[in-house]
Amino acid sequence: MSSIPYILEERPDTGLNNSRLGIWIFIASEVMLFGGLFSAYVFLRFAAPEGEFDYWGSKLSVPMATFNTLMLITSSVTMIMSWASLKMKQFDKYKLYLGLTILCGTAFLAVKYFEYTGKFSHGIYPASSTFMGIYFTLTGLHVLHIIGGLFVLIYFWGPAGSRMWKENPDLLANRIEVTGLYWHFVDLVWIFLFPILYLL
Amino acid sequence: MSSDSHKSVEEQVKIYLNVFGALLVLTGVTVAVSYLDVSFIEAFFIAIVIATIKGSLVLGFFMHLISERQAVIWILISTFIAFLILMFLPLVSMTDHTNIW
Repeated sequence: MSSIPYILEERPDTGLNNSRLGIWIFIASEVMLFGGLFSAYVFLRFAAPEGEFDYWGSKLSVPMATFNTLMLITSSVTMIMSWASLKMKQFDKYKLYLGLTILCGTAFLAVKYFEYTGKFSHGIYPASSTFMGIYFTLTGLHVLHIIGGLFVLIYFWGPAGSRMWKENPDLLANRIEVTGLYWHFVDLVWIFLFPILYLL
Repeated sequence: MSSDSHKSVEEQVKIYLNVFGALLVLTGVTVAVSYLDVSFIEAFFIAIVIATIKGSLVLGFFMHLISERQAVIWILISTFIAFLILMFLPLVSMTDHTNIW
């Protein structure tokens, strides 16, 4: 059993368990991290010569980004369904939905790989223009968040999740809820990145 | 949410699927409006409004913010205020350089 207090039970003062409070504070810090970069994007866009962002933005693939948007939205719903399955004591469905979430996340990374290598093969790098600089910074940081999230999802999809389900199912549901909050946040960031970088 | 009963979770699942449908439709709308012949400011406004609606759906339903405790709401309100300050910094800088005021 965990020796850290208030992991599952709610603290009387906050009305939350520490797992949820902790992830929400972490998400708040992430908002500021991405917020700083969004702010940089706005600054660079308004300071750039007219048409420069349009020119470089037109080199990005809207169909690929739309597909990736669909992947992340789908992964968000499968993520919450995996948590709901645990709450309904359906471990097999939990494995199925979490597996689908991992697949969607991996598909997102695969598309991003083809996007990046496509740019590199055409001699387009972060140093090519201001737009490409902020594009690679924002999407690269987002990709790192996806990779980090996938490691956690794979961990809970594997033997560790099965063991936790047998020993303490409530703890597994708590872990998946907290992981889900992070995963939804990563989806949320992409919801704003997609129109700003690819469509405007 | 550890006290959620089996039945209430089943009801929530229906809501999740409806939200999923709404997000798919709004993604289609986002792409469709990008082909409209409007100015950058108008396109920016439309894109941000749709993204905000989508984000609110994810926050409210997938992240359970609509039923979340006050402690979380206050964390997010203070973060949002700090985020707005961050977004207005470039505007302050630009007005300074262009001598608008």
